[in-house]
Amino acid sequence: MVASAPPWAVVLVPVILAGFAFAAAAADGIFTARAAGVRLTGAVAAAPLAEVARLLAGQRRATPAADRVLWRSGLIAVPVAAALAAVVIPFGSVTVSRMSVGVVWFNAMEVLTWAAVWMAGWGANATLGLVGGYRFVAQGLAYQLPLMFALICAAAGAQSLNVAQVVTAQAHLWFAVWMPAAFAVYLAAVYAFSFLGPFSYPAGRDLAGGVMAELSGPDRLMLQAGRWLLLTAGAGMAVPLFLGGGAGPLLPTWVWSAVKTLAVLAVLVWARRRLPTIRADRYAEVAWVVLIPLTIVQALVVSLVVLTRGGVPL
Amino acid sequence: MTLQLFLLLAAGLFAIGLYGALSQQAIVMIMMGLELMLNGVIVAAAAFWHYLAPGMASGQVIVVVVVVAMAVEMAVGFAVTTAIFRARDVSMTDEAAGLRR
Amino acid sequence: MTVALFWGLAVLAAASGFLVFRLASMARVTIALLVSFLAAGGLIILLGLAYLGVVVILMMVIEMIIMAAFMIAYMMQPAGLGPMTMSMSHNQRGAAVISVAAFVLLGAGAFLAPWPHRAGPAPGSPTFQLGTTIMGPQMLTMIILGLVLLAAMVGAVVLALNRGRYDRFGDDLKQRPPADPARGGVGR
Repeated sequence: MVASAPPWAVVLVPVILAGFAFAAAAADGIFTARAAGVRLTGAVAAAPLAEVARLLAGQRRATPAADRVLWRSGLIAVPVAAALAAVVIPFGSVTVSRMSVGVVWFNAMEVLTWAAVWMAGWGANATLGLVGGYRFVAQGLAYQLPLMFALICAAAGAQSLNVAQVVTAQAHLWFAVWMPAAFAVYLAAVYAFSFLGPFSYPAGRDLAGGVMAELSGPDRLMLQAGRWLLLTAGAGMAVPLFLGGGAGPLLPTWVWSAVKTLAVLAVLVWARRRLPTIRADRYAEVAWVVLIPLTIVQALVVSLVVLTRGGVPL
Repeated sequence: MTLQLFLLLAAGLFAIGLYGALSQQAIVMIMMGLELMLNGVIVAAAAFWHYLAPGMASGQVIVVVVVVAMAVEMAVGFAVTTAIFRARDVSMTDEAAGLRR
Repeated sequence: MTVALFWGLAVLAAASGFLVFRLASMARVTIALLVSFLAAGGLIILLGLAYLGVVVILMMVIEMIIMAAFMIAYMMQPAGLGPMTMSMSHNQRGAAVISVAAFVLLGAGAFLAPWPHRAGPAPGSPTFQLGTTIMGPQMLTMIILGLVLLAAMVGAVVLALNRGRYDRFGDDLKQRPPADPARGGVGR
């Protein structure tokens, strides 16, 4: 049901991803303006573009004895990881890559952010950036296993690691309905690997920006844009994994994909302003002692449903 | 791209890892050498699966076992290094031996 | 195309593996090892094992970044700045001789051994083949791996911690909440 796109369509992946990320950042700007009582004009909605232009023209900060190779590689790797992760997300009925292990590929590309953010923190040869980078690794240790088990729930429910198969397996009932724990953990993990919202501890204000502290100009743009691109890629992947992909009445599949992605992004951006930033020592133990058993039990439930009822619970 | 070329690469990775494991003083650098050796082994195991017996899953199981061995070795190795560091405030094999009284 | 990819990945894996023991900055050393592993993962994908290749990439990124934290902690000059006052290696010539001898032996064995012919075609889904075999004929392997991992986790934590139950809960193990250096958590 999900066909393979022509090879040149791989160029469209970062473009579409950037478009959705811009929408998310613009929504965030509108929420901020509304909360601050500023009048909503077109300039407020286009603020992300203005920020991109400002950062592109800005000057890079140079620190003494910076490890420039690692620094630049780490910063470039964040948006590249987001684009690579988005390669397996089907847009409607077409997908750029129909690889048989799409779910694991998404996980692997998202894990590249561990290396990227650590290198970005280390490369500046500055204390605050280094602490931010280590904070991201600590956060990664907390969210990674629950995220893996949530992805395993979706793959087990469809009996395949192929994202197209996961979409077709939700023809009767969306996975978000009968795997709510996996869906909730997945959304929390999207916040965690894009270190936005309640899990923006690596870029926290108590560290003067943490990983972002020593960045300016195009460097800052890459990390900041990378965070929004990762959030968008995560929201985009939630649609085929838990929300039925492009399925829906009346409208064509790609419209449904876009609508569902925008809905998930809206929820994530809205909730971002409501939730305080949580410190790592508060959620690390919860992640290991509560979320891992929860997702394992969820995977057990999914496996029992697949074995006894052939994958359709209701 | 034959079996022999893959095995040559695996031998090369194994030899580089062996050089590191034998010549380095710091425990963590020795572990890096061990990781490279196991890297060579998984490339060799995957090549054996593909070129000799793709119908049997034993090659894949060997890759899985070696990857698990890598993870276990890293975890226990770093734990032992931490324990040694806490006990003797040293992380080099030469100095650790010299402090023995 | 695959041949070019093979040569590129093979050279990358060997070169970055060699750089591990040549670079001065410990962070770069860890990233070089990571690059070597990523190239090996790419080679495994080239051999048709898509799932195992992606899993190798996934696990090795996590492991190498955790290793980076330990490298920075335990190596004397983690950034490679400043002069190398102490030599970090011993017996270099002996190690080189042994490793070259090992490479020659293994390479000769690879080229001279009478390898059997390929026994059967590749399966349609190697992932499915792996899954059915570890849940079926190789279930014992799976159980042993699980127990080994559990033992490694418990053993690593026991070795690395210098606090025990009595430090956390007091002498009669009744103090709640426990006396931990980091607050937060579920209050066990």
